[in-house]
Amino acid sequence: MIQDALLKLLEEDARLSDQQLAERLGKMPGEIAEARAQLEKEGRIVGYQTIVNDDTEGVAAFIEVRCTPERGGGFNRLAERIARFSEVKSCYLMSGGYDLLVMLEAKDLMAVARFVSDKLSSMEGVLSTSTHFRLKTYKLNGLLFEETESPDRISVAP
Amino acid sequence: MDWNHLLSRQVTQLPRSGIREFFDLVTGSRDIISLGVGEPDFVTPWNVREAAIFSLEKGHTTYTSNYGLEALRRAIADYVQDFFHIGYDPACEILPTVGVSQAIDLALRCLLNPGDEVLYHEPAYVSYAPTVELAFGTATPVETSIDDLFALSPEKLEAAITPQTKVLMLNFPTNPTGSIAPPETLRRIAEICIEHDLFVLTDEIYSELRYDGQEHLSIAAIPGMKERTLLLHGFSKAFAMTGLRLGYACGPRELIDMMVKIHSYTMICPTITSQEAGIEALKNGKDAMLEMRDSYHLRRDYIVKRFNEMGMDCHLPGGAFYTFPSVKRFGLSSRDFSLALLKEQKVAAVPGTAFGACGEGYLRCCYATSFALLEQACDKMARFCDALLKK
Repeated sequence: MIQDALLKLLEEDARLSDQQLAERLGKMPGEIAEARAQLEKEGRIVGYQTIVNDDTEGVAAFIEVRCTPERGGGFNRLAERIARFSEVKSCYLMSGGYDLLVMLEAKDLMAVARFVSDKLSSMEGVLSTSTHFRLKTYKLNGLLFEETESPDRISVAP
Repeated sequence: MDWNHLLSRQVTQLPRSGIREFFDLVTGSRDIISLGVGEPDFVTPWNVREAAIFSLEKGHTTYTSNYGLEALRRAIADYVQDFFHIGYDPACEILPTVGVSQAIDLALRCLLNPGDEVLYHEPAYVSYAPTVELAFGTATPVETSIDDLFALSPEKLEAAITPQTKVLMLNFPTNPTGSIAPPETLRRIAEICIEHDLFVLTDEIYSELRYDGQEHLSIAAIPGMKERTLLLHGFSKAFAMTGLRLGYACGPRELIDMMVKIHSYTMICPTITSQEAGIEALKNGKDAMLEMRDSYHLRRDYIVKRFNEMGMDCHLPGGAFYTFPSVKRFGLSSRDFSLALLKEQKVAAVPGTAFGACGEGYLRCCYATSFALLEQACDKMARFCDALLKK
């Protein structure tokens, strides 16, 4: 119960201190620290990051990867190998026309091209890749990038 | 121009809202944190805004029937059945209006003859008494107090009834106190209304915003009450749609029929854009509404705890998004406390007296403001209270 409420608040603002979280949830800071530690231990909280608007720096690519599943392990071993590259920011197993969706960040187009040709395509089990480049980000992790300000409410109303 | 001659005495003699003076003061100040608002801090959920935009895109910019869109009335009937467990016929027992305010105005004008008396519980929303008076009725407040957590005491109600009393106005959860009438109190009030043949206008605009985990009970759902009750509800608070101005009245067809008569002459219908947005809110707005409610719930618990810690006795209000803390121990009137708080700490809270004389000694503080601002406001108020107590 406290864990769900805690996750909801942290998903909105990971910088809230245990003290603030405790006040908002009507708990003691100790209880918050304990619940947070438990969530971290269970792997439900994977990390705390800052959401950066980096549209103007570097390039981001979404690469659709088709691959051959392995007997016994399916796509897992190959996916984990791909995911370990530091350029890879996200990696998902997908249903549909391809198997893995790999999201990549690099400093320029050539860096993406090198990654795809040297590392990804040559990997055993990878059948084909299809690379798409990001043009503009509108929304990331639930946050709109160009949120227009909501109109001011009148300050006193009946 | 001889304005004294030109203007209606009915209007010139009507007192200005007690909130007006405060509004002017706050509007003239800068960098204020306001706990004085009476509306959600959420923007209308996107799917509802999108439905409004789509309505305009389709070129739906005409009048609708005076009864509003049939699809809206059907959606209201389904929603009211599901939420209040009361069945109304969408063909003749439901009227969409421009907010609950218009519905109250229509109903009072349909019900009152000059001299008829309307009882309402105080502290109350600022427009009840003036709307009664504009309909040539007499508005008589029945005071409530912290002793019954600002819910109307059946004994006090019964004592206030006279041969002229015709209508009782109820508002639970209440603006400005956030109070909720317990079911047994509502049942007793219902018995009194039946015994004294009173008609009830029940403004339940905050009914979704309850934090006690109890299912909301409307007096209209109590056996014997549906035929003598007009249930008033709308979209402003629960669906964060204040500016779309959409409400509705559900009640006996004889009354709705007369209300439509005035409505057809003076308003015609709520804007079709709002009506189509309203359909979307009722059909697909529940998740967003519950999320907003849960957010208010956390903020209520926080602000009430802080108020009590700083020495302002504050009951835990069961609903709406208002707290009504007492400032009695600081030796200042509500008004003086509010003015000093505004001047010294730049926090705006409305004096309880704006909602009736028995609000003296209290403030109305709305917590529909971001948590970060609530924290700042509470820190400032704590410093203010601390300084007062040390004097």
